[in-house]
Amino acid sequence: MKAAAWTLRLLTLALLAVYLIRPETFAAALAPLAPAGAPAVYTQSSVLELAAIHVAIAAVATVLATAAALALAVFATRPAGSAFLPLFRSVANAGQTFPPVAVLAIAVPSVGFGEAPTLIALTLYGVLPVFENALSGIEGVSPAVLDAARGAGLSPRQELLEVELPLALPAILSGVRLSAVIALSTATIGSTVAARTLGEVVIAGLATNNLAYIVQGAAAIAALTVLISDALGALERWAARRAGRG
Amino acid sequence: MITIERLTKRYDDDVVVDDVSLEIAEGAIVAVVGASGSGKTTLLRMINRMVEPTSGRVLIAGEDTRATAPHLLRRSIGYAIQGHGLFPHRTIAENVATTPKLLGWDKARIEARVDELLSLFGLEPAIYGPRRPHQLSGGQQQRVGVARALAAFPRVLLMDEPFGALDPIVRAKAQADLRAIQRKLGVTVVLVTHDMDEATSLADRIAIMERGRLVQEATPVEVLTHPATQFAADMFGADERPFRLLSLKSVADLTQPGEAGGEPIAADADRREALAALLWSGRAAAPVTGAGGERLGIVTLARLVEAAAAKAR
Repeated sequence: MKAAAWTLRLLTLALLAVYLIRPETFAAALAPLAPAGAPAVYTQSSVLELAAIHVAIAAVATVLATAAALALAVFATRPAGSAFLPLFRSVANAGQTFPPVAVLAIAVPSVGFGEAPTLIALTLYGVLPVFENALSGIEGVSPAVLDAARGAGLSPRQELLEVELPLALPAILSGVRLSAVIALSTATIGSTVAARTLGEVVIAGLATNNLAYIVQGAAAIAALTVLISDALGALERWAARRAGRG
Repeated sequence: MITIERLTKRYDDDVVVDDVSLEIAEGAIVAVVGASGSGKTTLLRMINRMVEPTSGRVLIAGEDTRATAPHLLRRSIGYAIQGHGLFPHRTIAENVATTPKLLGWDKARIEARVDELLSLFGLEPAIYGPRRPHQLSGGQQQRVGVARALAAFPRVLLMDEPFGALDPIVRAKAQADLRAIQRKLGVTVVLVTHDMDEATSLADRIAIMERGRLVQEATPVEVLTHPATQFAADMFGADERPFRLLSLKSVADLTQPGEAGGEPIAADADRREALAALLWSGRAAAPVTGAGGERLGIVTLARLVEAAAAKAR
């Protein structure tokens, strides 16, 4: 079972690497999908570069979203901030109800075309999963543990950094993984506002009616997302073991 | 050691602790008992400022607790609670080292103290030190909780139903251990409990709380024989009072000259055990033996029954 999972992971990684470095390797395989006379492999720009930008945008958005969500969650769980909890919840929820395309459409007039509006949309999108998970992680710390921490003489700051956050880490990481997956898949749409991501390949395929482009772009995005989600999942399980739940 | 002066805690119009004054002697074990909602836990938590009093003050060794920041104050006061509250992400050794680490002890001193405490509580440091709390039994976790509370040589140990989650056999062992360790370390213990057996067997003095007020503070014998209120009398249960009274003293001073057969009773056994032994074996008297097994005399059923009466004091 474990061996099969590893074989699958390595195979996915190998295929993705080959496609990104030498996409023409798949020319013969993709040719039946391309319209007659049209190229089967996307070569207008380097797919490796597109993949790098794709991952970079998603990573920056996830980091920004995580930082914002953690700050909100920590503040909302302090005595001084508890009154703001319902407000933060509804703001984070509202961020999630906008379709990403709508956020892009609103962002473009103010920041222009390119990567910037995509980054804004992805960041807004990423806040809610981390916020909700961090909240439930922090609120899930046993009251007896917190009581004992205070009783042992930890300051409020030490209580947060040494007890609450380490114990909430598995939940927080689970939110980060969700957020990263959403960012990786939604970054694709960024290509509609000229962000250079792997979505460009899919959109080029849609524009020229080239199924080969659509398939290779979608497959590359899917493989990238699955691999990153898998790696973050492993990190999450490691943190859960460290938090004493393994 | 601890002086509680006119301590009151009010939540809006709800008076949880009402004008309580109490003097706790150094090295004593004081059990605070009462029904749930009587304010006993709140009283305890005001001592280490987990709850801030509405009015009144607490002095520890003559020093007002308000003179120190709460988290610094708590480093000098042990605190053990029901359900132990061990940090699940830390090893047993790290858990015990919590307060010494906060106080900035050096590594060697912390290690030595952790080993000493784990040994004291019957947990082999090399085996249990590196484990996580979830790998220990309930009784072991509870002992680690008390060891952690004692790590930084506190002058005062506050305990809130520390044995509440343990099964009766493990609890009896934990209570005996606490008594022995307390005698050894000389720490002043304030113990909140609703278990009257625990209170009478462990405590030097019992403080009875009723609806936020301290209604009686006296030795277990006084509380049993001269309860200040109906509630104080009811706490012990009318059907159990004579037996609790018997359990407070040993058979040594009931021993009289004479001869009796059957299984002997140790002089340091409590009177309740002696009565049970006589009733169970259907004898009117039993021989009493000293620590070395020598005959000291006999104890009779009649003397035990007499000693169980409240007016005998």
